Amino acid sequence: MNGQRRPLLEVRNLEKHYVLNEGGLFRKKTVLRAVDGISFSVFPGETLGLVGESGCGKTTAGKCILRLIEPTAGSMEMEGEDITRASFARMREVRKKIQFIFQDPYSSLNPRMTVGQIVGEPFAIHGICSGVERRKRIERLVDRVGLSAESCGRYPHEFSGGQRQRIGIARALALNPKLVVCDEPVSALDVSIQSQVLNLMMELQRELGMAYLFISHGLAAVKHISKRVGVMYLGKIVELAETEALFSSPLHPYTEALLSAIPVPDPEIARERIILEGDVPSPVHPPSGCRFHNRCRYAMPVCRETEPEWKDAGGGHFVACHLR
Amino acid sequence: MKPLLEIENLVTTFDTEDGCVTALDGVSLSVGQGETVALVGESGCGKSVTSLSILRLVPSPPGKVEAGRILFEGEDLLAKSEPQMREIRGRDIAMIFQEPMTSLNPVFTCGSQLIEAIGQHQRLTAAQAKEKVLEMLRLVGIPLPDQRFDEYPHQMSGGMRQRVMIGMALCCAPKLLIADEPTTALDVTIQAQILDLLIKLKKKMGMAILLITHDMGVVAEMAERVVVMYAGKVIEEAPVRELFRAPAHPYTRGLLDSIPRLDVREDQLGTIPGNVPSLGSMPSGCRFHPRCPHACGLCAERVPELRETGGGRKVACWLGTPGMAVAGERSASR
Amino acid sequence: MIIDDNTKRTMRRLFRNPLTLIGFILILANLGMVLFAPLIAPYNPEEMHLPDRHTAPCAKYLLGTDFYGRDILSRIIYGSRISFTLGLSVVAGGLLFGTTLGLSAGYFGGRTDSFLMRLTDVFLAFPQLVFAMAIMSVRGQGFGNVVFALTVTGWTAFARLVRAEALSLRGREFVQAAQSLGAGTPRILFRHLLPNLMAPIIVQATMGMATPILTEAALTFLGIGMPPNIPSWGGMLSVDRDFMETAWWSITFPGLAIAMTVLGFNLFGDGLRDALDPKLKS
Repeated sequence: MNGQRRPLLEVRNLEKHYVLNEGGLFRKKTVLRAVDGISFSVFPGETLGLVGESGCGKTTAGKCILRLIEPTAGSMEMEGEDITRASFARMREVRKKIQFIFQDPYSSLNPRMTVGQIVGEPFAIHGICSGVERRKRIERLVDRVGLSAESCGRYPHEFSGGQRQRIGIARALALNPKLVVCDEPVSALDVSIQSQVLNLMMELQRELGMAYLFISHGLAAVKHISKRVGVMYLGKIVELAETEALFSSPLHPYTEALLSAIPVPDPEIARERIILEGDVPSPVHPPSGCRFHNRCRYAMPVCRETEPEWKDAGGGHFVACHLR
Repeated sequence: MKPLLEIENLVTTFDTEDGCVTALDGVSLSVGQGETVALVGESGCGKSVTSLSILRLVPSPPGKVEAGRILFEGEDLLAKSEPQMREIRGRDIAMIFQEPMTSLNPVFTCGSQLIEAIGQHQRLTAAQAKEKVLEMLRLVGIPLPDQRFDEYPHQMSGGMRQRVMIGMALCCAPKLLIADEPTTALDVTIQAQILDLLIKLKKKMGMAILLITHDMGVVAEMAERVVVMYAGKVIEEAPVRELFRAPAHPYTRGLLDSIPRLDVREDQLGTIPGNVPSLGSMPSGCRFHPRCPHACGLCAERVPELRETGGGRKVACWLGTPGMAVAGERSASR
Repeated sequence: MIIDDNTKRTMRRLFRNPLTLIGFILILANLGMVLFAPLIAPYNPEEMHLPDRHTAPCAKYLLGTDFYGRDILSRIIYGSRISFTLGLSVVAGGLLFGTTLGLSAGYFGGRTDSFLMRLTDVFLAFPQLVFAMAIMSVRGQGFGNVVFALTVTGWTAFARLVRAEALSLRGREFVQAAQSLGAGTPRILFRHLLPNLMAPIIVQATMGMATPILTEAALTFLGIGMPPNIPSWGGMLSVDRDFMETAWWSITFPGLAIAMTVLGFNLFGDGLRDALDPKLKS
């Protein structure tokens, strides 16, 4: 069904490589492959989850989309317009349509600005409305995310983590974006506050119809909010499917292990846990062939040699694994 | 049987710029021999201060243990001198911390730090100590221990460092291991490894564990008994199955409802309205009443005591007490 | 108002330390001398009482007189004007130049950073006093020239401080947040970075007042700073340096004035740093 609709955002073979040292006569050039060729699309009004462990490149990928980090290769199209090499002025316009919610509610708000100034900054930057009109719109936004209008005159340090994240959300919504990239928006919050913020984000989506790219290492939160989910490992997407399909019948061994590793808050359920051996390899020297082969319990000789293709296993369930 | 650790009515305060705040307000809990007890709560509820108080590691000033007793094998730790405490730390009670990067000294090799930890409490020759450390590293599942012995902390991954920390904590075979958010800084697949390791080591060595965490999933997998804290007070205590089956305190219930589940499909998450109160401005009466769906007049006035409700359960809530029924009727008739 | 509340807290923290209070009083005393010199000075500082040359402190001349019979107290009071305005001008110049350079280096990074910081290193490589002496001997005595020489050699501290702070702020997410909203460079520099740099800049400015006062005294002492007729503390030391044993007061009191002023700014600057340092904030 996604086939008929035009995607809002289409990312193709996105790469971000960091050159750690230029190399020279006696040293080999070392390159950190943070994001190493990922492709996905986000459709209007949907939530695409992107999960993975730290260092898998999910945050880098999210920041590349807003060009907060310049991608090394690949292309990104927003509503059919190529934004990979767009000029600063062009990006300014595009940024009205794509917004970002940051992980750390403490460092993402300027401590010297009032809440009103923070939420109103998008208006100030783009010269949209002013005076009483602007103040009204700011108050409406602040109210919409569940804070009182008198918060506008106060400073971020007077608010708790959850309230600060609400301020960040209000700022992201100011320009009515079509896509919001959310980088671990609830990871820094307490459990009871996480659910408040997740509910708020889902309510806002129902009301305003924007799409989310929801980046997180918390599988439970991703499952709850996303329609489709992509799983990243060492700079690659290894599996991408509808949420239900991915969680009920994961095709990639890494997804399978990841799902089983999460402790279930129910002591009555006894499960067999798949414990992965060893650590995630360094993205400077990723393993040959399939990057997961050295931790995979089904690894075959072919996994060591050839990189598995990205293929459709049916019904929009994509996976990169030699087993399937 | 006497419990291994018994905390009675512990009160810890901190001097801040805005005056004195009470971080722990009459905390009581116990840990039996070889038992795993989880201490659960959100940030600022006092769970970490409790663990630091046990080892008398609360930075003072500004912190101060004002009242209460901490009985370890029947002896009050609060009455011990600093040298006596140093004997106990590491030998009888050991602790592992959340951040394995900062708890290891970056300028020494892991091996030398482990040897030092062992040397604190045991007289061993250099060769014996090294042999013991290698044995420890093997025990905590570190591959190639001979090689790792000479590595510095920054050369290891987070999971490896946490293994080293666990090895260091267990090298003197303590009777009680306090684990303060041992897996919070780690990825899920590494968390699974570490939890698995802790369960295995406990089976082997038989120590009691006081597990401090905010993750209900970790609680369900590890603990036998759970103590829930909110705003510096213990509000519920129960065997793990009972707690998850039928949480008695509205806060516990709210906490469990607000966790998104992988195994259940739900459209809307349960929430607890409002925010955790700051230590400087605690609500009167029951500290949870401004956020509680069942609060009535009595809750705002009087502090509910932690009372036994049978089956090893305790709860600090007016719900289900005669006082509440009377107050409920009164407010209904008004 | 919230800001007032915050300021009140900072003030309380500031004066909790008695040394800070002493520093503050010393600066206030200095400022009083600067503003009210004609009112409190008993004599014209340039008037020579030739019969009373090198009079020891007495009822008529509270701190005694110098080689030319000029009242030392009056000269110290008027001398504070030179020291203070000089310190202020040099700090202002260094602040403007150093902050601009440091901010550019820290924010733009890369080649800009390398170039600007190497430039700073070059200036730092010269001993300040020797560099200032070289400039002075080319340009000659005078207030403006002293300010110029000390600014040229004194801005590096600001540049390095601001660059380091800007570098760490640039990595904070609120800067990226502004970028993601489409904010341009000027807005990020002036709305986001600069307000967060104010605290360390204020501290550096306060501490920075001491150095030019000392260097000016040294230059004038060596005869290449202020012209001899103008009452300045360094000049007073210079005139009477040969009579240290016979007329101790003519050297001691100006020296004390320099020491007290420098001490005042340093103590107050230390206190400010403790009060404003966000790392110590709860």
